[in-house]
Amino acid sequence: MKRFSLICVLLFGAVLLYGSMDFPAFGDPESPASRHLSPYYIKNAIKDTAVPNLVTAVLADYRGYDTLFETAVIFTAGLACFLLLRRFRREPPEFRLYRHIDTGVTLIIEQGGKEPTDSNEFQQIDSQWVPYDLIIQKAAGLVVPFLQLFALYVIAHGHHSPGGGFQGGVIFGATLILMAISNDLRSTIRRVSEAVSSKLASTGVLIYAGIGALCLILGANFLNYSQLSKLIHVSSVMARSHGILLIEIGVGLAVAAVMVWIYYNLVSAGRHDEGL
Amino acid sequence: MPELIDILIARYNYWVVICLMMIGLYAMMAKNNLIKKIIGMSIFQTAVILFYVSIATKHDASIPIIGHGHNGHHAIHAADYMNPLPHVLMLTAIVVSVATLGVALALAVKAYQQHDTLEEDEIIEQLKTEYLSQ
Amino acid sequence: MSAQFPALIIVVPLLTAIVVNIAGWVRKSFCFPLALAALTVSFLSAIGLMGRVMAEGDVIYRMAGWDPPWGIALHIDHLNGIILILISLVAILNMIAYRRAVADQLTNRLGAFYSLYLLFVIGLMGIVITGDTFNLYVLLEISSLSGYALLGMGGGRATLSSLQYLFLGTIGASFYLLGIGYLYIVTGSLNMADIAGILPTLESVSVIKVSFILCIVGLFIKMALFPLHTWLPNAYSHAPNPAASLIAPLTTKVMIYVMIRLILTVYQPDFTFIQMEIAELVQWVAVIAIVAGSVLAYKQNKLKRMLAYIIVVEVGYMVGGFWLGNAAGMTGAVLHILNDAMMTLCVFLAAGAVMSRVQFDKFEHLQGLFAKMPFTMIAFVVGALSIIGVPPTCGFFSKWYLISGGINAGHYAFVAALIISSLVNVLLFFRVIEIGYFEPFNTHNGHNHHPKPPMQEASLDMLVPLMITAGLLIAMGIYAHSLVTRFIEPAVLPSLLGSL
Repeated sequence: MKRFSLICVLLFGAVLLYGSMDFPAFGDPESPASRHLSPYYIKNAIKDTAVPNLVTAVLADYRGYDTLFETAVIFTAGLACFLLLRRFRREPPEFRLYRHIDTGVTLIIEQGGKEPTDSNEFQQIDSQWVPYDLIIQKAAGLVVPFLQLFALYVIAHGHHSPGGGFQGGVIFGATLILMAISNDLRSTIRRVSEAVSSKLASTGVLIYAGIGALCLILGANFLNYSQLSKLIHVSSVMARSHGILLIEIGVGLAVAAVMVWIYYNLVSAGRHDEGL
Repeated sequence: MPELIDILIARYNYWVVICLMMIGLYAMMAKNNLIKKIIGMSIFQTAVILFYVSIATKHDASIPIIGHGHNGHHAIHAADYMNPLPHVLMLTAIVVSVATLGVALALAVKAYQQHDTLEEDEIIEQLKTEYLSQ
Repeated sequence: MSAQFPALIIVVPLLTAIVVNIAGWVRKSFCFPLALAALTVSFLSAIGLMGRVMAEGDVIYRMAGWDPPWGIALHIDHLNGIILILISLVAILNMIAYRRAVADQLTNRLGAFYSLYLLFVIGLMGIVITGDTFNLYVLLEISSLSGYALLGMGGGRATLSSLQYLFLGTIGASFYLLGIGYLYIVTGSLNMADIAGILPTLESVSVIKVSFILCIVGLFIKMALFPLHTWLPNAYSHAPNPAASLIAPLTTKVMIYVMIRLILTVYQPDFTFIQMEIAELVQWVAVIAIVAGSVLAYKQNKLKRMLAYIIVVEVGYMVGGFWLGNAAGMTGAVLHILNDAMMTLCVFLAAGAVMSRVQFDKFEHLQGLFAKMPFTMIAFVVGALSIIGVPPTCGFFSKWYLISGGINAGHYAFVAALIISSLVNVLLFFRVIEIGYFEPFNTHNGHNHHPKPPMQEASLDMLVPLMITAGLLIAMGIYAHSLVTRFIEPAVLPSLLGSL
């Protein structure tokens, strides 16, 4: 098998090499790729959409249809992980661990034993016992709000600097995952439940597709944001710019929510009781 | 011979990318561990992304964000900015590869739950004995 | 309104897929009606769009109002118009048939299932409708990802087979992406029509050749052409029935459509069949695929697994017929896409109906089925006759075109392989029908008044779509001629006349 795959891979490499002999040189400004479509984008993006970041302009407007499905791909991945892994019927574990908060004493309660109810005194901890670490918890708690602020900045400033819905959404999702890692999965699920994250993911994609459909209802083609000028009373170019911002918000919401949703399902193998 | 070396140097980005693709593909085909296969898949997809991004490069060009001086007063020269299109395409491809990775890991987690192993041949062995005992 | 049909086909199911996921958390009983309504809108828009194409010629829909090649354009002609109708019809029939089974099996995950179901269908329809090579890749991945999840959701053996499918499918899709990357480097464009205009003017033929090989090999993996078919039998036979009978009729056929689209629109037939010099090789691979697939199908002892191998054989038919490069072969291949999707749906639905009553699908469990489930078995026999190629079912006519294409091209091995595989199909299905019809009376030699097993027909919402499918097989056979002259020849002939 190994020899066979080696032959296949070498053949593949040889075919690719044969094809790349005729390529234009690295960084050649006169290559066909740089001459055919891209000059149009570079010259006209500001005039058409009032967005200086060309990547954002092309991503969300000229090729907005691709990006809609890019968001749908992420949404699909979230649904797929949920459908594959989620198990609602929970078989009770052999034992649970509780930590007395004041003294730090850990109680092992076997199956059927009475579990402490007072949540102010006791705290459930994961069965693969992770040492309680005050420094990590507090440090993570300290940086999370700033990271979330940064995520919002990245989403909002995608028009003028590298950034946008995907990048900001990933950062925002990562802050929630950081909370789940530094504390535990249960406390994060209490804050952002699975149903909420799933519905938020839907809402994010719905914002994107809905704005596209709104343009369609207003009488233009799907995703033609210039039609939004009928609703928000700006020029059609600015309407495109605002439309891009709105869909970036939708994308950010969807990506952040799906990241969290996938994390919940992957890390607990679909049981949603204990994390890493 | 010097010509060949010129060709090699002028297109070194493609050689690097092709090597990475071969590594990824080999890992996907020859490795037995499911996670190693998934890692190979990631390397392969990332190499394709690198391939596209390297197309976008132009010598002496800046990132594709128009500077603030250009509010319609000066002509914009296409040669000053990198080609934005491959970046856009690869933003999409990155998202796709992340999504694929997520689904692949979910399937691997599920396989581990069922079979207590991530070695492909051991799983197939288990499935065979299960099938014969039916 | 009719100007927006191309967008509606995609957008309505997409919006509904999103809403269905929310409905799955809030009120589960809404999921099925919503999804069905969305697919019906899609189906009706596809019919309306086909009417427009026949009246006015090709329809180009400029997404977001940008002209191609700068924006993404949807491009609808005779070829993809008819396939859009096919996809939405198959999806609707299958969704109705498995309504109850899905509601019983997936109580808490109902919303996610229907959402993924819709996303899978959107992915396929988006692949078919688009005129942009990169957009095709994105939608390919949507349909693949939802397909992996649907095939693997049952657990058990399905998990590993779905993961193996994921690995091969990702290799295939990445090959395709790499292929269009090679094209992009030399043309600078992503729009199919635009690339087609630039390609003949280019000097660096080696790049185009490599890009062609990458795209086609990637698609061969995705469509499971014989040596690359290894993922298909496991993935389809271990999968839960609602997913298998949606994905089995559609995925391979849509991938063959993509191959046809790339060759006819992007690379052009004279590059493909004259400059590439691989047509003969592909024809022989198809011949081997047909023969080997038939042999492998004969060795199976389970119904669904046997049907999965028959798909491998059918892929050989279509690839071989198309690569013959003449009008009859191409017409036969396109007609067979339509027919094969319907007949695969028919036999998979019948297998699903049987398994809803018998539990196992090993051949020895199928005894007495004709007495037990007469209507299901009648539909199964119609599907089987169509796969064998008996008139007046539709399978006969596409085979007729394929065989006459083979004779016109002088490729008698292909003709022989077609006939041999039809004979093997007779054996395959006769074995199943024999067990179902005769076995209970043969087991007890001597006394013929063996009590008939009680009739235990499948539920009505499964039976009705099955009957409709079987009826369509016959109807498509009777109207095969007008199907060919009105839809398929306008799609295939102009691009052939233009170049060869």
